[in-house]
Amino acid sequence: MHPLLTRPRQLGLYLLAWIPLAGILVFLLTGPAGLKWGEATALIVGPCLAYAFVCLAAWYPCRATPLEKSGFVKLLLTHLTAAVLLSTLWVHMIQELAIGFMRWPSFAGLEQRLERFIPLLWVTGILLYVLSVTFHYVLLAEQASREAQARALQARVLARDAELKALRAQVNPHFLFNCLHSVSALTSSDAGKAREMCILLADFLRTTLRLGGKETITLEEELALVRGYLAIEKVRFGARLHMEEDVEKKTMAVLIPPLLLQPLVENAIRHGIANLPEGGVIRLSALEKANVVTILVENSFDPESPAPLKTGLGLDNIRQRLDTRYGHDASVSVGTEGNRFRVSLRLPAQSNGALA
Amino acid sequence: MRGAMDKKIRAVIVDDEELARQMLREFLSGHQEIEIAAECANGFEAVKAVTELKPDLVFLDIQMPKLDGFEVLELIGTDRAVVFVTAYDEYAIRAFDIHAVDYLLKPFSAERFETALHRARQRLGGKLPAPTELSSSARPPSQPLERIVVRDGSRVFIIPVAKLDYAEAQDDYVALASEGKKHLKQQTISSLEGMLDPSRFLRIHRSYIVNLEKVTKVEPYSKDNHMVVLSNGTQLPVSRSGYARLREFLDQTRAK
Repeated sequence: MHPLLTRPRQLGLYLLAWIPLAGILVFLLTGPAGLKWGEATALIVGPCLAYAFVCLAAWYPCRATPLEKSGFVKLLLTHLTAAVLLSTLWVHMIQELAIGFMRWPSFAGLEQRLERFIPLLWVTGILLYVLSVTFHYVLLAEQASREAQARALQARVLARDAELKALRAQVNPHFLFNCLHSVSALTSSDAGKAREMCILLADFLRTTLRLGGKETITLEEELALVRGYLAIEKVRFGARLHMEEDVEKKTMAVLIPPLLLQPLVENAIRHGIANLPEGGVIRLSALEKANVVTILVENSFDPESPAPLKTGLGLDNIRQRLDTRYGHDASVSVGTEGNRFRVSLRLPAQSNGALA
Repeated sequence: MRGAMDKKIRAVIVDDEELARQMLREFLSGHQEIEIAAECANGFEAVKAVTELKPDLVFLDIQMPKLDGFEVLELIGTDRAVVFVTAYDEYAIRAFDIHAVDYLLKPFSAERFETALHRARQRLGGKLPAPTELSSSARPPSQPLERIVVRDGSRVFIIPVAKLDYAEAQDDYVALASEGKKHLKQQTISSLEGMLDPSRFLRIHRSYIVNLEKVTKVEPYSKDNHMVVLSNGTQLPVSRSGYARLREFLDQTRAK
């Protein structure tokens, strides 16, 4: 459905714009040795009104051949073919009308006198259609920009929302309770270690708050946060927690939404390492290829332990955040390989200014 | 006063975190009357230690490798005082439902620990409640069983419900058939039926629950009776009401 047909006010304005056009045509036809005023008016008004609606049809080919995505030849061919076809029909309609009018004696010889204006009418028909094509491209562009604006706004709202939610979910209270319990245990056995743990925890919380408020951070900053988190968990899990890192240097400057990896590492511990009596390895890697960064978080897990019910939540959150920011350019996939669980994130390698 | 008073209370500590065990050790060190019989870092070790050492008191973490605290308790029974120690408060109701002595939230103070110990002593002096249908009350009813834990002596078997072929009632026990073996568990077949996912398991007989995914055919057996044949060839009798339920299930799946 053409957008103008659903908006009577705008349709009225559009039809109003055709009145001067019809006036000009009448004026041209009444020129020297031309038609009489009455004849020209009777002949032009009806077909002009009809043509006004016919020209609205340009919306469909305009939409089908977007200006920025179609080649010049294709554009020219599409619209010129339509213009010639419609104009020919239109001229034919005027001629038929003239023949019809000749039934009345006052219009005698109208068709013959119209004869020499046919080329003029035909060219005018083509020009009017081309004008309409231009009009429709403007209309489409305006519509597209309005949609883009709305989408950008929605993306911003969603991103904020996700960020807030992520932040709230971020510092898992049980993580804090367990940490405090470790500190409590250490106070009598190893006061120095207890103090160290307090500082690690404070650093982690402060960094979480600082980074969480930003739109994007570098992968390097996120990795520093993850290392801080793991240093705390290392106190709790001791030798059970092993960490491997394999991050390409050039990916360090890549911008990512904050707190993207930390929840994944937290999951890796909660659903992986924590269920293994002998512990296991968490492996973090990042590499860039053709402007796409692939970040992998892998961990050992016990295939016999019941499937965690809550993992989905954290992953959904990450998926949603990547989706609002990058659309189809980013993806999250999850898989297992033997007793290893793997989450892989792919996102565009954007960075601040020059790439390293 | 009973003679048992001068006997030491034997305790087992179960927690996967070394620091958490250390904490309990420290708090218990002030109590000469309590002896730490064992420390365990996961559910398997806990079941083994408790069945072999038969302690009076168990400090039990909930989130652990292999078996969680509730599964451990299901296997060792309630004829001893159990104090749960965890950072998660959402299990408290379940814990008291199964007559835990106390529920310590990490981190806890020395005073709070003393209170728990006091309650444990009271429990040990008094009469213990009869063992209940632990697993059924220990699990939120909305969540069907994912796996069944079975103890044979101090050995523990975990049977994922997908690998359970059928369950057969044997007096106070159920025999769980899985991968060619049968495991005995002290539970009534009705309570097991209530815990299994009704869309996957069906009571086909007073004494049998069958895993519907394992059923390959239903055959007439005698004039009024039927039997099901499982993918491993096992034949199980189907009672008249069981056959009606089976028909209903088959009609439903066919309709989908």
